[in-house]
Amino acid sequence: MNSYSRRLLACAALAVVTLSAAACTSDKPATSSASAGSGSAEPAGSAAAKDAGTGDQSKFFVQADYDAQMAMRKAQADGPADKPWEQTIDAQLVDTGKYKKSGPYNLCFSNAAVNNPWRQVGLKNMQAEVALHKEIAKFTALDAEGKDDKQISDIAELQGKGCDVLIVSPNTTATLTPAVAGACPKVPVIVFDRGVQTDCPVTFIKPIGGYAFGAEAAEFLVDKVPAGGKILALRILPGVDVLETRWSAAKVAFDKSDLDVVGVEFTDGDAAKTKSVVSDYIQRFGKIDGVWMDAGATAVAAVEAFEDAGQPVPPINGEDQQDFLKKWSDSKLTAIAPTYPTYQWRTPIIAALKILKGEQVPKVWNLPQPTITQDNLTTYLKPGMPPLHYAMCGCENLPGYPEKWGGTS
Amino acid sequence: MTQQLKLRRVSAEGSFLRRLSADRPARPVYLALVLLIVLGWLLFALDGGQFLSLENVVGIQQRSAALGIVAVGQTLVILAGSLDLSVTYLISLTSLVAAEIMAGSDANVPAAVAAVLAVSALVGLANGLIVTRLRVHAFIATLGVALIIRGALDERYDGPAGSVPASFQHLGYDRIGPLPVSALLWAAVAASVWLLLSRTRLGYRIYAVGGDIEVARLSGVRTERVVVVAHVVCSVCSGIAGLLLASRLGAGAPTVGTDGGYDLESIAAVVLGGTALAGGRGGVAGTVGGVLLLAVLDSIFNQLEVNSFAKDVVRGVVLVAALAIYARRRRTS
Amino acid sequence: MRRTLPIFVVLAVLLVAIAVANPYFLEPPAFLAFVKRAAPLVILAAGQYAVIVSGEFDLSVGSLVTAEVVIAARLIDGSAEATWPVVALLIVLGLLVGLVNGVVTTLLRVPSFITTLGMLLILSGAIFLWTGGAPRGALSEEFRELGRGSLGPVPWSVLILVVVAAAAAYAMRARFGHTLVAVGDNDRAAALSGVRVARVRTVAFMISGLAAAVAAILLGGFAGVSAQVGKGLEFQAITAVVLGGVALGGGRGSVVAAMAGAFTLEALFTLLNLYGISGALEPAVQGVIIIAAVALGAVRFPRRRVAATS
Repeated sequence: MNSYSRRLLACAALAVVTLSAAACTSDKPATSSASAGSGSAEPAGSAAAKDAGTGDQSKFFVQADYDAQMAMRKAQADGPADKPWEQTIDAQLVDTGKYKKSGPYNLCFSNAAVNNPWRQVGLKNMQAEVALHKEIAKFTALDAEGKDDKQISDIAELQGKGCDVLIVSPNTTATLTPAVAGACPKVPVIVFDRGVQTDCPVTFIKPIGGYAFGAEAAEFLVDKVPAGGKILALRILPGVDVLETRWSAAKVAFDKSDLDVVGVEFTDGDAAKTKSVVSDYIQRFGKIDGVWMDAGATAVAAVEAFEDAGQPVPPINGEDQQDFLKKWSDSKLTAIAPTYPTYQWRTPIIAALKILKGEQVPKVWNLPQPTITQDNLTTYLKPGMPPLHYAMCGCENLPGYPEKWGGTS
Repeated sequence: MTQQLKLRRVSAEGSFLRRLSADRPARPVYLALVLLIVLGWLLFALDGGQFLSLENVVGIQQRSAALGIVAVGQTLVILAGSLDLSVTYLISLTSLVAAEIMAGSDANVPAAVAAVLAVSALVGLANGLIVTRLRVHAFIATLGVALIIRGALDERYDGPAGSVPASFQHLGYDRIGPLPVSALLWAAVAASVWLLLSRTRLGYRIYAVGGDIEVARLSGVRTERVVVVAHVVCSVCSGIAGLLLASRLGAGAPTVGTDGGYDLESIAAVVLGGTALAGGRGGVAGTVGGVLLLAVLDSIFNQLEVNSFAKDVVRGVVLVAALAIYARRRRTS
Repeated sequence: MRRTLPIFVVLAVLLVAIAVANPYFLEPPAFLAFVKRAAPLVILAAGQYAVIVSGEFDLSVGSLVTAEVVIAARLIDGSAEATWPVVALLIVLGLLVGLVNGVVTTLLRVPSFITTLGMLLILSGAIFLWTGGAPRGALSEEFRELGRGSLGPVPWSVLILVVVAAAAAYAMRARFGHTLVAVGDNDRAAALSGVRVARVRTVAFMISGLAAAVAAILLGGFAGVSAQVGKGLEFQAITAVVLGGVALGGGRGSVVAAMAGAFTLEALFTLLNLYGISGALEPAVQGVIIIAAVALGAVRFPRRRVAATS
């Protein structure tokens, strides 16, 4: 019977060899000299840090990107003050005259997934932005459901649908690069959220980035927690570039400080697990003086762990989700909420129309990344919106608000 | 849950091996497939599009190739009365093994392919031995192996790794007319397994073991060996799918298997194709039809821009309804 | 009793190992916290046991838990008055989902693996179709109390667990329990001796649905609304039951051992965490232990069979 499986192997191997040699047509994009785009992650490796309980520096840490983001946090954004989704930081404008055409337009969007509340809110922002513009006759959005392979097929399929602009929110930086590079020669491409490792898209839209997020929260703790205080760092999971950058920037801040990071734990973004982990730490160390989180989804569970243990809640960071903001306000926490704003989902549509009208756009469109603090908390706390709604959506004046976002007015 | 079925099947006696391998359950799934294609064509026509456009036809095949290859392997283990839940993590693992050994160089491709086949065969051997020798239920055995592979992946990788040379990417992107190479690879795998099932003694034995393991044992079949081989071939199929995905992605990715949900989806495709979950009845032709059915359904969903939640509901209903119909046919026939 | 001994030994060893690393663990507050944390999984395991021992699978419990929590949040929407009617509704819904699973499996003869896989897809899709992708509304403090609060020093969830465990142990000693095991052992023989197999199995699915509803109430109470509260629970529950020495395919094993299996799994997670096994290796350790536990159970199986029948 071994011969059968061997025959099978032989068949398969033969198929691979002969077919790849005799291929007639290829849909594979000719890889242009892929220069490292902004989304690239080159291992730094050398960052030898003193041991402050934070472990080794992430291999995703890139000093130059870190420095650039630290500078952008202080920079002044250009553009209308009341519309942060149209603002840019350090814009290097490029000409788009060659893409100019008259409407009506057919916009296409390859979406990585809609599998979490952040992407849900974002997609609604984008759809509402589309509805604002009558010159957009058609908007085709395909959902890759978090599968790289499906997104590669989706991008290929969209090229047959007569798109005037292709918007891509890549599921994974490295693996979607060939597909995006293949689409570039045929249609103007806009990439947002995660990047790709090629500079062929007309523009790449992103908020300042993960380093800024992580640093904002860590610096707040360094400021509020007395020297020697015990910090617990909670991360969702390792190996995700956008989350690794958040932690690595926080690590830099903690390593420079007098704080003692007693634990770095992964929670899988699960509220029950988060609560258990925090309870364990309270039990083990008697007292935790500050909590750093790489994403806000389970911040409320962390806060509740302190409440249930009968302890005061130490300084903590969350994100701009309503449940956390409400808890913060109700329980008078010492807290901060850096954001990764969902209003960035409006920008690709605005950019697409600019490109089709031949207006200049930034090569890398850096959006401001506001932080919610005690001073502006009430601005973002919106009773009537769902608990997992992201406040920094820039959607308040869009048609259909708040019902379309699941809220009540 | 299987005892009633088994008892009924034994009474078929005599030529039951030959009748089963005729793969009759495959017919309804192809009927459904044709209906669905007509429906898709109508929907697209109403929308001013073209269902059977080149992009769409190629897209359907590209999207189903990886799942198709896994499902063909899954068919074998299910026919033998077993199950494999470890395929997802094995696909991720083999995509990484392939991409890391290739390291962007053409010269390493044969070594990488050999390594992938070796690794996957080994995992299949482990699955098979745990199921047969340690007598662990396949559900738990392959779930456990899946967890072990996952631990190794989590420990070693935190993102895409390795790189696939341009020449190997022909596998994932080239096509001959409207036929992508990946679909041809799938066809080759399916044809090999079909031959194995219908033309070899091992094939008959797989049906026999899945039909009733005691009867098979009593009639002199070394049942343990048959189950182990089925597991090895199934894992090798996952390895081939891992190679294909590595070629599509240009790198190995630790999440490519789980993202695709290949474990439950391949089982769904197999049973949609009329193969009995309890084993012993069905075949590869039905599985191919089941995979295509899912892919065409997906393509229609794409066209209608149905959101993924509605898709899940429809998939669930289709799955249960199809199985209910099969069960009914089996009782009335 | 002899059959269920190994899992209690393993559980005791794990608890001792935890206590060595963390001496406070065996003090009442810490131990109660551990039991409270384990309660939802233990209850789910008891429900899953009923289905497995009758010869079926229930893969839908994880998404049922998520669906229940999301429904509770949307319907309660922070209002205290709505709490108890909604809790009642959740229980009914759990039973209803079990009823559908059971009817489709027994009357339409769809294998339960597929029935409940379909139910998993349908529930997880439908619930987010209804809420537009992300949970809405909020749970009231009254609802949260069950999973979060306590009666004096004893958490409510521990009390609920005790009630559930007692009821489960009683039911399995009563005639219903014997019938359930008989159906899983040999449904044809059971049918011949006058057991209504379809009805018994349907009741088993309804017990599993009920367990999922109770677990959802406790989990939602413990940690609040989340879109992934039930993720992976179906596999954990099945693993727990199998760890307890219950045979997949039905007919063998005790419900107390299945619940001990759930405690063991939870203790294992706690232990791995305590000894700082990196999160990455955790699944691998878990995988080895599951296979080993079931393999050891299987090796001893022939002798047990003799003991059981003699």
